[in-house]
This record gives sequence, C-alpha cells and structure tokens, in this order.
Amino acid sequence: MVADSLRIDTVGSTPSPIMRRRLRDAAIAAVVTAVMGLPLVGVEIVATASGTTLYTRFGVWAAAVIVVALGRLALSLIADALAQRVKPASAAPTAAITISGAPLTSIAGIVGLVFAAALPLLPFSDRYVLDLATTVLIYVMLGWGLNIVVGLAGLLDLGYVAFYAAGAYTFALLATHAGLGFWLCLPLAGLVAATLGVALGFPVLRLRGDYLAIVTLGFGEIIRLVLLNWQSVTGGPNGIGDLPRPTLFGLSFAPTAPVGEATFAQFFGVAYAPEQRGAFLYLIILALALLICAFTWRVRKLPLGQAWEALREDEIACAALGINPTRAKLSAFAAGALFGGLAGCFFAAKQGFISPESFTFQESAMVLAIVVLGGMGSQIGVVLAALVLVGLPEIGREFADYRMVLFGAAMVAIMLWRPRGLVSIRAPSVRFDNGAVIAGTARQ
Amino acid sequence: MSAFVQQVVNGVAIGGIYGLIAVGYTMVYGIVGMINFAHGEVYMVGAFIALVGFVALAMAGVTSVPLAIVVVLLAAVIVTAVYGWAVERIAYRPLRGSFKLAPLISAIGVSIFLQNGVALLQGARVKSMPPLVHGGLDIGSAAFPITVSYLQLVVVGVTVLLVVGLTWMLASTPLGRAQRACEQDMTMAALVGIDVDRTIAVTFVMGAGLAAVAGTMVLLYYGTIDFMIGFVAGVKAFSAAVLGGIGSLPGAILGGLLIGLIEAFWSGYVGVEYKDVAVFAILILVLIVRPAGLLGRPEMEKV
Repeated sequence: MVADSLRIDTVGSTPSPIMRRRLRDAAIAAVVTAVMGLPLVGVEIVATASGTTLYTRFGVWAAAVIVVALGRLALSLIADALAQRVKPASAAPTAAITISGAPLTSIAGIVGLVFAAALPLLPFSDRYVLDLATTVLIYVMLGWGLNIVVGLAGLLDLGYVAFYAAGAYTFALLATHAGLGFWLCLPLAGLVAATLGVALGFPVLRLRGDYLAIVTLGFGEIIRLVLLNWQSVTGGPNGIGDLPRPTLFGLSFAPTAPVGEATFAQFFGVAYAPEQRGAFLYLIILALALLICAFTWRVRKLPLGQAWEALREDEIACAALGINPTRAKLSAFAAGALFGGLAGCFFAAKQGFISPESFTFQESAMVLAIVVLGGMGSQIGVVLAALVLVGLPEIGREFADYRMVLFGAAMVAIMLWRPRGLVSIRAPSVRFDNGAVIAGTARQ
Repeated sequence: MSAFVQQVVNGVAIGGIYGLIAVGYTMVYGIVGMINFAHGEVYMVGAFIALVGFVALAMAGVTSVPLAIVVVLLAAVIVTAVYGWAVERIAYRPLRGSFKLAPLISAIGVSIFLQNGVALLQGARVKSMPPLVHGGLDIGSAAFPITVSYLQLVVVGVTVLLVVGLTWMLASTPLGRAQRACEQDMTMAALVGIDVDRTIAVTFVMGAGLAAVAGTMVLLYYGTIDFMIGFVAGVKAFSAAVLGGIGSLPGAILGGLLIGLIEAFWSGYVGVEYKDVAVFAILILVLIVRPAGLLGRPEMEKV
C-alpha cells in the first residue's frame, strides 16, 4: 500500500523516474536470471562413456535472460496501467461476478451434463476419446473429492492419494483373495478409505493448517512405502494384476463368457465391440463423479456444509459460535477420503492392474493443482482444470514435458492474482450495499 | 558394539546434513510463520549447481581437491542464495497478508516448478560423479574397528563451523538482532526502524545458502543426485526441524542429528525398506504428542 501511494506521486510529477525504475527492475531481473540460469539452463550435465561432462547451451541461456527482462518490463508497464485504470471501481467487479455467476454456471452445467452423458453415442467417440474422457473424469472425481477437504473445509491435504490408493488396493485384495466383484467392492473401498481418513484425521486435525499439510504428506508417503515394501500382501513394486472388470448385473464385456454365463453382447443380441466396455466404464465414472457433485451441492446448503465453510474462514469464531471444529473437520476429511476411495476402486477396475507407482506424491500434487487452478470451492472450475491438465499432453509430446512446469508456475500465479481460483463463483453470505463483504472474503 | 559406534558415526554425518537443511526451515518458520515447502527443491538445485561446478573445474584442469571443494561450495552457495532470494521475492512476499493457505500453496507451486524444471533442463536420469575424497581414519583396534571417513569429518566440521557462525550472528550482529525482532513482532520491528522486507529476504538467502552447502555435501557423500532428491530430504529435514522444535536453531541441529541417527540405526538393525516410514512416523507422532518439539516453545494462536 505504501508502494502504491509512492507510485501515484511519481506519476504526477515526472514520467522519467518511473521509466528509470522499470528499466532498473528489468535489469535486476535479467542479472538474477543470468546467475540462476547459468548452471541449469546454460550448461547440460551429460553422462558419456568416459565420465560426466558438460555441454554448453549459451544461446538458450541468453534467450531466457532476454525473455525475462522484456517480460519484467512488460509486466511493470501493464501493472502500472491497470493500477491507474482500475482504481475508481475496485469493489464493483466482485458484485457483478456474483450476480451473473449463478445462472450462467447452471446453464453451462446442464449443457455440459447432457454432452457428457451423450458422449458415448456421439460419432467421433472411438476408444481413444472414451479412454481420455474416463481419465479426465477420474481426475474430476478426485478433484471434487479433494475440493470438499481443501475448498470447502480449508484443510490442506497433501496426501490425498493415500485414500485413492486405499480404495484401489481394497478392491485389488478383495477381488484376488475373496473373489468379490467390482460392485460389492465399491462401497467397501469407500468405507475402508473413509475409515482410514477418520483414523488419520482424529489425532491430527487439531494441528494448524500448515502442520496438517505436512502430516498428510507424510501419511501419503507412509502408505506408498508400505505398499511398496509389504511384498507378501501387496506384491511390492510388481503390484497386483488380473483384476476383474466391472459387469452390468453379471453381464461381462469380454469377447466370450465362461460357460453358463452371457456377455453383454450376447444377452442383448448385438455384435461384440471393444468400445462397449469403454463406454460402460465411462458411464460408471460419470455416475460416480455426479454423485460427488450432487453430494457437494447438497451438503453446502446443510448445516454441516455451512460449518465447513465457516471453519475455513475462521476457526476460533466457529468454536465460539458452538460449532465443534474437530467434528466438522473430521466429517469433511472422511467425506473427501470416501470419494477418493471410490475413485481408487474404479481406477483399479479400469486398469485391471495397480502398483505403487500410480500413487506417488506427484499424483497428490496434480489433484491439488486441479483444485487450486479450478478455484477452491468451485465445481465447474475443477472440470475445466482437469480437462486442461489431462488434455494438454494429448495435444503434443512437448506439452507433456512442460505440463507440470507450467502447472507449478500457474499455481504461484493464481495465488498472486486470483487466490480464489480462475472460476471462483462462491457467493459471499452477507454483504453490505456498498459492496463491502463481511463474510466469505479472503481473510487471514 | 563396534557396529553400533560405526552407525553413530554414519548417523551423525548424515544428521549434520539434515540439520543444515532444517535450519533453513526453522529460520523461515520462525520469522514468517510459513513452511517453505520449496526448501527441499532449493537444496536439490544447490546439489545440481555443485555438480556442474565440479565437472566444470575438472574440465578446466583443476586437480587440487580441497581447492575444488572450496570453490564449488562458494559458487553453489552464491547461486543458490539467488534462488532463495528470487523465490521469496516472486512467490512469497506478495502473499504476506493473503489468506492463510496462500503462501503454502504458492510454495508447493514453486516446488513443482523447480523439480520439473530441473528434470526438463537436465534430464530425469540419475547424475553421478566419481568420489573426490578417499580414505578415512581407522580408530579403534582390530577387534573393534571403526572407520571415520575424511568426508564425514568434512561434513561434521563444516556443519559445526556454520552453526557456530550462525549462532554468533543471531546473537551479536545487527542483522541477527533484526531477525530476532522480526520473529517476535513484525509490526513492532517495522515501527522501530527495521527493514522487515530486507530482513526476511536475508533469512531466505541464508537458508538457501545452507541448503546449498548441504546439497554439495550430499553430492560428495553419495556421488549421485537426481531431480527428486529434494522431496524426501525436504520432508526429513522438516521432520528434524519439528522434532527439535520449529523456530529454534539448536533444535534444528539436534533434530537433524536425531533423524540421522534413527535412520542409521534403522538401516543397520531393522532394514533399509522402512527407514523413511520410521522418519515420517516420528514426524507425525511429534506433531500429535508434542507439537512444540524438544526445544521449542508452545505457541498460542492469537485472534
């Protein structure tokens, strides 16, 4: 704020010092980039037959320095221009977004829903499209599940993948040892994951926000390491394979059925096609994802959901109002874990094979990135973010390599400019006429 | 018994490295009150810079090992410190006063960015370097053999030197006083004329410098690094900081030593498979049972 007022002063008097400041900033950025980039961008460590050696890439390095310097200059020009233009009407945009937000998103939601439900029937949906859509929906489901914990209750869970793994391994173990099918395992997987969530949550939910993040991170790693090392039960790094696929009331989607049973194609008298299983899996995950969506949509209107959102804003005030923070947090944690477990069970059934490799911290980070980029608390935003994250690598190889780098940078950028996410439409509960928000704002 | 003492030696050496990283966590936490989640990645970057330095010196024909270590150590500290400064300036400073999860999420973003950036620029494969420091001291007798490698002595020596220097700096220089003042109350510190922004920036720079020393030591110690080393080392060093009491400098070193010892004994007597599980479990247990750590003060959340 001090910097702002100083800047306005200088704008009024002479334009040249401010340009000098911009140039100085750009020069500093260039020097800093040059120093930081020299060992990592300017040279490449290459292992050759005779030992490790360095290849130079000074061209790339120089280009990076120039790009950063120009970018810094452009950024300060844009920022100054915006600061002058936006000043008079700083409160208005929030109001406009809130009012127009609700009907617009509900229309978009209905159109999206119809499109999603009709996708398997559309002419262009071959196996590839359906497989991609299923993957996107798994991430949407994980995103929505984590959104309950992070977006609604404000608990930063960095080990969400643990519940995903718990669901997947519950199904894998029950299917291989007890011979249970997908549909029986699905609720059990959710139950096991939710129990795990409560078991972890009970002791740690008293912790402050950032401690909780680290504990959940450690928990996620413990689960992964146990899965990796408990060879006799989990198969270790080799994982568990040959998992049964979901059936439609006992009708399988395999080319041929065992004696005495019918496949889906035989029962309905249609020709067998491998796309049928893809479409079936897609519809299952769509239904599961919509279940979470409906749950979240509903629970936000119930006292429990409102307690979660109140808790996110101010825990002490909540406790003073008679909300039991531990119980509210625990229920959010359990709900998030439950949906993570369901997603994990589906993932295992879809892949037919699971190993600890699918449950690394990278996966947790990716789901968190989806939630953060989509806007914590926003349902549509999560869908868009999941589409971008899973869709980008499909556009081209180079996007796959740059994807996580871009997402890391985007997470920082979002926190700096739009901390509530790109598509944040959460309406404040109470508002004065002049636009000052008393509840539901970004407060410390 | 000799195996026991040998594990102590190994544990102290690796614990010193964890301690150096933990100091970075604890100092930043003490002043800004945030977990610098990207600190592990800064350490990883430091290790990569050190590797580039060693290879460049070898290509330039430098054969003196002590000279190479000193030069690389200085270069790694300086460049990594710039990383620490830049990360604070870009990703954390604008977020002071934002909602409480914002700096942490931003830090996770930085961590993902640095990790995948290094993987992109330097390749995802493990980088290795031939051992530079050979040999060690054989203390004890034939019936009771204990080896302390010269490298372990270097690690412990550098750690002790840095911790003593840091303690002195915090206790008796204007910068140290400013840091302690900011730790107690940032607003009051600003009112009495302390440049809070600069003090915080210096804290990040110092943390990054120590992480670079740790990165260089790990490179010398193990001879291999990859872009993933920051994650596990970061969590372990954070566990060390929490175990010792976050915000406390001696606590960070004590925690680092304890984590190093636990890891060495676990590997020696139980098996390497679950050594990381043991460390993470300790982290969780300490946070549940005694969040203030061994040497920390319990903190009250103010309204």
